[in-house]
Amino acid sequence: MAKRIDVKDLNLYYGKFHAVDGVSLAVPPKNVTAFIGPSGCGKSTVLRSLNRMHEVATGARVEGKVLLDGEDIYASTVDPVQVRRTIGMVFQRPNPFPTMSIRDNVVAGLKLAGERNKKKLDEVAERSLRGANLWNEVKDRLDRPGGGLSGGQQQRLCIARAIAVQPDVLLMDEPCSALDPISTLAIEDLITELKKEYTIVIVTHNMQQAARVSDQTAFFNLLGVGQPGRLIEVDDTEKIFSNPSQKATEDYISGRFG
Amino acid sequence: MTTETADLNRLATPPTFQSVSTGRKIKNGIATGLVWLAFAVAIVPLVWVLYTVVQRGLPVVLDPDWWQKSLSGLLSRQQGGGVYHAIYGTLVQGIVCGLLSVPIGLFVAIYLVEYGGRSKLSRATTFMVDILTGVPSIVAALFVYTLWITTFGFGRSGFAVSLALVLLMVPVIVRTTEEMLKIVPDELREASYALGIPKWKTIVKIVIPTALSGILTGVMLALARVMGETAPVLVLAAYAPFINYNLFDGPMASLPLLMATERNNPTQAGFERIWGAAITLVLIITLFNLLATVISRWLAPKTK
Repeated sequence: MAKRIDVKDLNLYYGKFHAVDGVSLAVPPKNVTAFIGPSGCGKSTVLRSLNRMHEVATGARVEGKVLLDGEDIYASTVDPVQVRRTIGMVFQRPNPFPTMSIRDNVVAGLKLAGERNKKKLDEVAERSLRGANLWNEVKDRLDRPGGGLSGGQQQRLCIARAIAVQPDVLLMDEPCSALDPISTLAIEDLITELKKEYTIVIVTHNMQQAARVSDQTAFFNLLGVGQPGRLIEVDDTEKIFSNPSQKATEDYISGRFG
Repeated sequence: MTTETADLNRLATPPTFQSVSTGRKIKNGIATGLVWLAFAVAIVPLVWVLYTVVQRGLPVVLDPDWWQKSLSGLLSRQQGGGVYHAIYGTLVQGIVCGLLSVPIGLFVAIYLVEYGGRSKLSRATTFMVDILTGVPSIVAALFVYTLWITTFGFGRSGFAVSLALVLLMVPVIVRTTEEMLKIVPDELREASYALGIPKWKTIVKIVIPTALSGILTGVMLALARVMGETAPVLVLAAYAPFINYNLFDGPMASLPLLMATERNNPTQAGFERIWGAAITLVLIITLFNLLATVISRWLAPKTK
């Protein structure tokens, strides 16, 4: 079930460094939200705070609230492992598990959570690979190592792995930045497809990509070196790219900045 | 005529590229010579040692008796007999040492890489491991003698040897395992966390399998190294020319101990036993190294 995310006055720190200042935004369900902005503006950090991956780094700290359908994922009673099971993530560089076959990579999340039923695992593997538009390319070599696939295939394998655990939300951290245009197109089509079932948040440096795949766009910026990143504005993608309300957004989008 | 015009043109604009200058050619020659010299200096003793050991030891170990009999009942000048009692001692002491060291070393390394971070305990542990790496084997042997034999009152035995070897092996395993765990990319850990896999399971099912081939190579090499240690066996185990299956009691031979003992035997039989034991030890260690290579190839992450 796709769920909505509400971020309320989120402050993020790495040790003493204040990385992101006072972000509030809402991500509706079954919707693609793109985060854009110059390097170092904290968009990836915000993304990683949405499934409690931010705190994996040593000294990283979070203030504020992230509500998943009204439930605060940072409440003291909440198990971060469950949060990550509910909110999946795809990373910048494809990172299949090198010791596992293609099939085992896809079902790794279920298998390591204790699922033993082979029939069920096979079903999930096929469904997830079909969902990631990879099934036809790998169905004859499911027992081969995942590391033998091309970069674009590996990234789709990682998406299949992320959707195999049936998360409510899918976070994508520049999923196409290491891929060629054809693989990028495949992933973008996939995102449009996945939107029917999942809430998606994607960080991208490619503004055409943001314009192509997203329904709403959030623009992040930082005022200067050493300053925390801020959310400048968030609005419908069409509005952001045609008629943004902030000057900084317009400058960035039209290439007069960064 | 045309060549002359061409020469004139060249004078006007000197060519961008020239041939390698004489100075650089000379320096290159000297450097190449030095590299080859260093290579020869390193390889000559190695080949020499191997040649001597094989030449003197091979005839001895080709006798099947060597692998099947002990030296029980033989006079020191009597030729023949075998050293299976010493091979047994070396293998058992080494393997028991490995069984004790591997879990300790593995867990210490996991703590240091996955949990310790930059905490005080972690830094203190790293420091201690560094010191332990530099402890000479005789010191480890004397320490175990003081603790196990003098203080606790146990007798000299093969197990005491294993304990001293543990002291030598643990830091090596910690170091190699630490290095292997460190080169597992954080991206894999994050990918696993992002699937809702808890940290301990990520370590057991993702990180360790990825690093396993390197860890095993390290363990095998460490094992090969400690099996050749002489100081602990000299201090902690009495020599026996017969087989003793009991690791915890009584004198127990091992290959280094046998060699050290037979060194006092001036006869041809003693000479043969020393070189035979030497080549046996080299063969066992080579076997372990080969095993390590095969296992790590078999376990290494594949791409095809």
